[in-house]
Amino acid sequence: MADKPRIKLPKEAAKGEVIQIKTLVSHVMESGQRKDAQGKTVPRKIINKFACEFNGKPVFSCALEPAISANPYIQFDAKVDEAGTFKFSWTDDDGTVITAEEKVALKA
Amino acid sequence: MKAINRRQAFALGGGFVMLTLMPMAADAEVTNDAAKWIEKFTGGKAPAKGKISLDLPEIAENGNTVPLSISIESPMTADSYVKDVMILADGNPNAGVATLSFTPLSGKAEASIRIRLATTQNVVAIAKMSDGSLFTEQKTVKVTIGGCGG
Repeated sequence: MADKPRIKLPKEAAKGEVIQIKTLVSHVMESGQRKDAQGKTVPRKIINKFACEFNGKPVFSCALEPAISANPYIQFDAKVDEAGTFKFSWTDDDGTVITAEEKVALKA
Repeated sequence: MKAINRRQAFALGGGFVMLTLMPMAADAEVTNDAAKWIEKFTGGKAPAKGKISLDLPEIAENGNTVPLSISIESPMTADSYVKDVMILADGNPNAGVATLSFTPLSGKAEASIRIRLATTQNVVAIAKMSDGSLFTEQKTVKVTIGGCGG
């Protein structure tokens, strides 16, 4: 899981503009349904929660289930009223949290 | 014209059976605990149709990654916005797919994710608005290769 999450969003936005944010994080998203060669069930290991905050205020979050594809791709929108920082976090079943930050400036 | 012999009659009959069975096969059945998920999310209230547009391929060649886009009509202001959207797949081993939570800061109640579908089935979305009203939409996706391993 050493890969950095990939996030795509505009570097600057007009005040009040709704921007689109695309995120992709590398993760196996093991569903807990598959069996290995010995017939044993491969234990579940997924990202179960994704959250995005802007200047500390929640923007979008989602609870994920095993029915989410490997390397979860999540696209959503956010309204930008001020310059600031988007914080992203992906929470794993085992408790590790992958985080990332992106800054957005206001268009002059 | 030649009279139909026994063999041809069988073939014809078989064709009819196929025709009558086909629509049933396409009508995916609920095979998991989807009803429980809906009950928990809605609190027993029946959601109304509409407001949601759910975009999924009609036929998914690979059930491992099926693109899903959803958008819900809403002004997305502090007074009126979409709170939560639950997405369910009624033919997967587990019904739950994702629960999206929006805020007025989202600007638009729109999101795209990629989901796994084990077999041909219905994908159901239920949206909860900030005033507590509920809306639902569903789409059938035909899956040619399942996405749950095995």
